[in-house]
Amino acid sequence: MNSGPVRGRLPDIVINGTLLIVCLLWLVPTFGLFVSSFRTRDDVLTTGWWTVVPHREWVTTSTVPLPDGDRNGTMDVAGVSGTFATLRQGVVTPDGKRVVWVGNKRLGRIEVQDQEWSGLPAFTLENYFDVLTGKTYEITDTDGVKHTFKGDNLAGAFLNSMAVTIPAVVIPVVIAAFAAYGFAWMRFPGRKTLFAVVVALLVVPLQIALVPVLSDYVRLQLNGTYLAVWLAHAGFGIPLAIYLLYNFISALPRDIMESAVVDGASHLAIFFRLIIPLAAPALASYAIFQFLWVWNDYLVALIFIGSQPDVQVLTMRLAEIVGSRGDDWHLLTAGAFISMTLPLAVFFTLQRYFVRGLLAGSVKS
Amino acid sequence: MAAVHEPLSPLSVPDASRRALWLHVLLTVGALIVGGWAFWNGFFFLRDTGTPKLVGAAVAVVWAAGTLTLFFFAATRIVEYLPLRWATRLQPFVFIGPAIAMVFYFLALPTARTFVSSLFNRDGSQFVGLGNYLTLFTAPAMLVTFRNNLMWLVFGASFTVILGLAVAALADRSRFERTAKAIVFMPMAISLVGAGVIWKFVYAVRDVSDPQIGLLNAIVIAFGGEPQAWIAQLQPWNNLFLIVIVVWAQTGFAMVLFSAALKGVSGEMIEAARVDGAGEVRIFFQIMIPAIKGTIITVAATVIIFTLKIFDVVIVMTGGQYGTDVIATQFYNQYFVNRNFGLGSAIAIVLLVAVVPVMIYNLRQLRRNERS
Repeated sequence: MNSGPVRGRLPDIVINGTLLIVCLLWLVPTFGLFVSSFRTRDDVLTTGWWTVVPHREWVTTSTVPLPDGDRNGTMDVAGVSGTFATLRQGVVTPDGKRVVWVGNKRLGRIEVQDQEWSGLPAFTLENYFDVLTGKTYEITDTDGVKHTFKGDNLAGAFLNSMAVTIPAVVIPVVIAAFAAYGFAWMRFPGRKTLFAVVVALLVVPLQIALVPVLSDYVRLQLNGTYLAVWLAHAGFGIPLAIYLLYNFISALPRDIMESAVVDGASHLAIFFRLIIPLAAPALASYAIFQFLWVWNDYLVALIFIGSQPDVQVLTMRLAEIVGSRGDDWHLLTAGAFISMTLPLAVFFTLQRYFVRGLLAGSVKS
Repeated sequence: MAAVHEPLSPLSVPDASRRALWLHVLLTVGALIVGGWAFWNGFFFLRDTGTPKLVGAAVAVVWAAGTLTLFFFAATRIVEYLPLRWATRLQPFVFIGPAIAMVFYFLALPTARTFVSSLFNRDGSQFVGLGNYLTLFTAPAMLVTFRNNLMWLVFGASFTVILGLAVAALADRSRFERTAKAIVFMPMAISLVGAGVIWKFVYAVRDVSDPQIGLLNAIVIAFGGEPQAWIAQLQPWNNLFLIVIVVWAQTGFAMVLFSAALKGVSGEMIEAARVDGAGEVRIFFQIMIPAIKGTIITVAATVIIFTLKIFDVVIVMTGGQYGTDVIATQFYNQYFVNRNFGLGSAIAIVLLVAVVPVMIYNLRQLRRNERS
């Protein structure tokens, strides 16, 4: 492809420039979240996160009392003249100062401001402490009023997510590995039909299954337990697991299996001694898939775990904070970032396997 | 493609001593008893456990992997004692049995049960025939819902395919391919709830007199505009601001598939076109695109299914307010808020019917692969 200049070939600058714009579009929203999670509550709620970049801003140097008399017409204050409306907007003097009317017409004050370079932005880990612990904490806002908040205990939710995810990955992998071997290396009546059913179920929307399963769970008193979520995730995940593992296991060289059979190995021995080690990359691919899926799942957890705060997983807690305190951006940004740390780490360390699984799961279908 | 193995039966081994046979039987029965006991008690322990969460999770892993292995061990042994003909016949079902049982209970059976309950009234006490479906396709709120899902489907799929293809094609020609792809791929790791928070912050709106903390409104103001409540105003176009989130999250997936497909396009064909004087753009549209048509269909189908089921984003961003309800949020509301089980089930069935074309396409592909 890179065989020198070709007619009609896009210049590198256009290609890289477009890519840069796309990458910025993809990164900036997440970056804004990341930056905001380390800013103080007051900063997050009053100024944009991009103001952490050093810039010149107006800083109040002195306060002047309001002018007496009629405040409806043009007034002269602190060396400038203007109406209430223009003074509210701020009037800049010839020597680079700004005069601003703060507050309302009757009880406000007039501030004289100078333009100065902003210092280093305040950095805090408080947001993280506040969302992670379940303890109560106090915040004093700019007016000196104290507010008491209860922490969101996301540390607990993080553990809950772990407790939900690990078995919900292991169970379907084990079950599906046996089935994939059966489909790939055994002949039995109905094999093709059963496999077609598995492929058909790949795209069935979960919604169809939630309600009947939930009603059984209620009868079995499983509702609200992790066991309920593990089994549900396993059941919903098995079709893809079988499909991915079948594609891999059925493509393994036949000679190896045959020589094992000649040596007198049983199916179980072949499965444990040959298939599992050889299929390790495929098992890893699916495990990462299922890990990301379960960790990031909201719907299944919402239906089967329910409203108990001490069993809820991260996505549920986060969605709940959005619903009840959607303007507490200092907490939301920290909380969202906490929920992303583990999947991002897994994703970037094991990306190779993930991409391989993605390609095996989609291109071949 | 697959071999047919003759399972070995211990009884057919001529020099199997009586002691070894007894040991086998003992082991098998032991595995069965221990496995059954562990499975049964593990279930109740895990259901009612008050132990720390991660301990419970570890027990669950051991429970699942352990009892399954014991089951396979015992079941394959038992099958081996049967006459050879029966053994070959039953062995496969030991391997696929648990998976088929799970899939049957969690997906196949519920489909039938949901369909049945969609024919009954809100608490399942009275048969109403197709009454719920009639309500579904005439209620104004549901029509808005269907319109929104159609928007999701059309804009979501087309934007994702176009962007994914563009990024894949551009990255293929760039020195920064790996970095660019990693960045665009990154949202795949994030939950849609998290993505919702990220974008809700971008769309945040403040009173006109206050400084804006949302990036989009800050940009609008910098260009002299008025701050907007993006996800609440301008219905139905506010849906587009939600769709952007899923496009942002899914483009990486499309890009990876397209990238692999583009790299597979025959170099000779491209070279030949070049010799004939075709420019880069013509090569892209007349050679590359037709060559990767199958992948485009796959990606579009995947994104369509994804957008049909979209739930998390809408719940987090608007909760279905401001005319942004979709099928999945309506399902949740009917079922878990209004407790109208009949109507909720009917919505789920509509969702299923909507994915049937993709299901048929997948099955056709499967048959074609098996034949070749």
